[in-house]
Amino acid sequence: MHIGQQIAQYLLSGLSTGAIYALIGVGFAIIHNATGIINFAQGEFVMLGGMFTVFFLTVLNLPLLVSVILAIAAATIVGVAFERLAIRPMKNASPISLVIITIGGSILIRGIAMLVWGKDTHAIETFSGNEPIQLGEATILPQHLWIFAVTTVVIICSKLYFNYTISGKAMRACAYNSRAAGLVGIDVRRMVLFSFAISSAMGSMAGIIIAPLTMTSYDVGVMLGLKGFCAAIIGGMSSGLGTVFGGVILGILESLGAGIFSSGYKDAIAFIILLIILFIRPQGLFAKGDTERV
Amino acid sequence: MLKIKNINTFYGKVHALKNISIHLKQGEIVTLIGANGAGKTTILNSISAVTPPATGQIHFDDQDIAGLGPDRIVKLGICQVPEGRQVFKPLSVEDNLELGAYLRYRGREGRSAIRKDLDDMYALFPRLHERRKQAAGTLSGGEQQMLAMGRALMARPRLLLLDEPSMGLAPLVVQEIFRVIEQLRSERGTTVLLVEQNAKAALKMADRGYVLETGKVVLEGVASELLENKEVQRAYLGKDKKEIWER
Amino acid sequence: MTKSRSFLKHEMVKFILFTILILFLPLAFKGGYLLNVFVFVGIHTLLAVALNLLLGYAGQISLGHAAFFGLGAYASGILTATHGQNPWLAMAVVAAAVGTLAFIIGFPILKLKGHYLAMATLGFGIIVYIAFNEAVELTGGPSGFSGIPNLSLGGVSFDTDFKNYYLIWGMTLVTILLSLNLVNSRIGRGLRAIHDSEVAARVMGVNVRFLKVQIFALSAVISSIAGSLYAHTMTFVSPTSFGFNFSVELVTMVIIGGLGSIYGSFLGAALLTLLPEILRAFQDYDIVVYGLLLIFMTMFMPGGLVRGIPALVGRIVMRSGAGSKADA
Repeated sequence: MHIGQQIAQYLLSGLSTGAIYALIGVGFAIIHNATGIINFAQGEFVMLGGMFTVFFLTVLNLPLLVSVILAIAAATIVGVAFERLAIRPMKNASPISLVIITIGGSILIRGIAMLVWGKDTHAIETFSGNEPIQLGEATILPQHLWIFAVTTVVIICSKLYFNYTISGKAMRACAYNSRAAGLVGIDVRRMVLFSFAISSAMGSMAGIIIAPLTMTSYDVGVMLGLKGFCAAIIGGMSSGLGTVFGGVILGILESLGAGIFSSGYKDAIAFIILLIILFIRPQGLFAKGDTERV
Repeated sequence: MLKIKNINTFYGKVHALKNISIHLKQGEIVTLIGANGAGKTTILNSISAVTPPATGQIHFDDQDIAGLGPDRIVKLGICQVPEGRQVFKPLSVEDNLELGAYLRYRGREGRSAIRKDLDDMYALFPRLHERRKQAAGTLSGGEQQMLAMGRALMARPRLLLLDEPSMGLAPLVVQEIFRVIEQLRSERGTTVLLVEQNAKAALKMADRGYVLETGKVVLEGVASELLENKEVQRAYLGKDKKEIWER
Repeated sequence: MTKSRSFLKHEMVKFILFTILILFLPLAFKGGYLLNVFVFVGIHTLLAVALNLLLGYAGQISLGHAAFFGLGAYASGILTATHGQNPWLAMAVVAAAVGTLAFIIGFPILKLKGHYLAMATLGFGIIVYIAFNEAVELTGGPSGFSGIPNLSLGGVSFDTDFKNYYLIWGMTLVTILLSLNLVNSRIGRGLRAIHDSEVAARVMGVNVRFLKVQIFALSAVISSIAGSLYAHTMTFVSPTSFGFNFSVELVTMVIIGGLGSIYGSFLGAALLTLLPEILRAFQDYDIVVYGLLLIFMTMFMPGGLVRGIPALVGRIVMRSGAGSKADA
């Protein structure tokens, strides 16, 4: 009974961190599928989401909803600027150069954040109070519900976008064959820019909804970004359900591992899973082969 | 309608097109013939701005189109059906066709006009209608060729660039494809620039032709005369054999 | 034949000039604070040369090299301070063990390419880093591990910057010489073939996979030795020296110096070791400068300092007294 209760609790908290990883991972997958780039700076947009929200909330004293919207917009602008200034000029660059460029971008963004906001950890109030909700054996915070809701809505929107809008279909076309996409009149460079915009917006959302639970500081992006990448790898770089399952599996295993074995090694669990997946099934657990990537 | 004057195109250090000049009049079907590597595909890609020429001019309706990106070329009404079809295999047949009209979706045009063109494509290629929900990658080679042509036609091009539409297809399917090309010209007045390995079939259908060798135009003229030309017969028509297929 | 002999002669002359420069450099510092910095330049050069063999010559990225450095440092520290083993013996045993580990994980890891290789090595690095933090009984955890003895040889204890400078640079120079030999040998040509095209290399008869794993292991061995030297010089180690950031810093040294140039690795190591000292005046701005440097170097000087601005670098290096190696 007691063990059951604990495990239920681990599952629930794993599910909510998993949802965050999924959101970040989908951002990774969108850029990767549109450009072939792994954006090592992805985690920084997660950080920017949280930090911009803190800034608009506490420094400018804006209401929560306005702050959140402005924070997403601001992070998206940084993402777009990053693509224009650092990625677009790098035509025909090798994967190693692109890894280095995005790492450089990640360090730069983190550094500027540190200069602007300092090294302190900042808290954001939860969106709807701290009254725990009893859910069978376990309890859950309203913020967890926010996380589930936002992730679900974002994933559904992205699914709809990629499958039912001409712009989403055009992005899939670019991912599959950018030259043929150009020949039907799709502006490939605009699509790449757009993929950075979407993925930085998604990353910042993840950073915003998790901030009330974990606090935020200039350097939270590194770990969250890497975990998001693990989720995307497990999901076979899909921008849909594969990565969501990847994130959830990762979140639950981490939370169970931390609870049952040792919390210190919690972060190592994600990377051990990453290595195992890369060694055994580099195409991911849920990849259907090479035809459908987006 | 299209006037290409003295273009030179390079692939890295390879001089692929040397002072090429060709022109097309409204409503013409013109074919480019020549061996592999003669520069036929490069001419199409130079027009489509996939491999922009280093020097020379390309005028479309008296407008200089050099320096425009591939998407702008499509917007002006020039569409290429690339070699090897290059359909978007993971997407459905209908998605592929819709993407052909990508710029029209982005423009001010109503959805109903696009919808109507989609139905026209299905009338032109009934097989595509049967398979409209299937992923394009599951189609046969001939069906993919039809899809690639349908995708290009969805942009309502005035000039259609066709690169090896018959490659690797069964004779019956080739006939079907060629029938559609003629139908396009007679019904829509579409101008066609056709690159073909099957020189005989291409010259039979075309009004005029250009013969290319190693990046240069070596012969040009009315298609029927080229068909009778001894040199052309020997080099590209394989007079002894029924037809010459280079691949 | 004569051409390759004159090439080797040229290489030898460059190496001797470099050695002389290094040997007399401390005279310019007069035993001050810069001498201490240049002890670290030596260790970093050792690491950068090791990583360059992998990244610059074989074209395989590693974002986890700090782990091999850290394993060398911690294992040496534990064997000597906790178990009282002979430091030299410990260094050799540890290097062999780290090399074996790299050899074993090298097979699955180096099967991966591009971003996936970067992520796998990064993951390995982070797992090791977490272990340094969490295996408190063994490593002292986040607060570090102290009481590591200095190295000694024939009754001389390497307990000052001056002595350590010569110890570490001695090792580094030997490594540079061996590396130069390696990259100018048949193996070096095989590595460059892999870098250009793995398929072509395979067709040429290079056992691509095995060669990649061997060079990965060799690179790990050198990094481990650098770690042991670091531990005995500092007499104290803590996990923060071996994290993801340091792995990135190593990659930066190699790229900024110039991929596939041994002396470039020295330039990169020297620049990145001196930079924080110079930027200390700017305090926290160093991380921003660092990020910008990484982006600008990759965008505008993909060949690194050693090729990008030989003339300019020559002048700068000449002024700081580091000699005529800019054309290496």
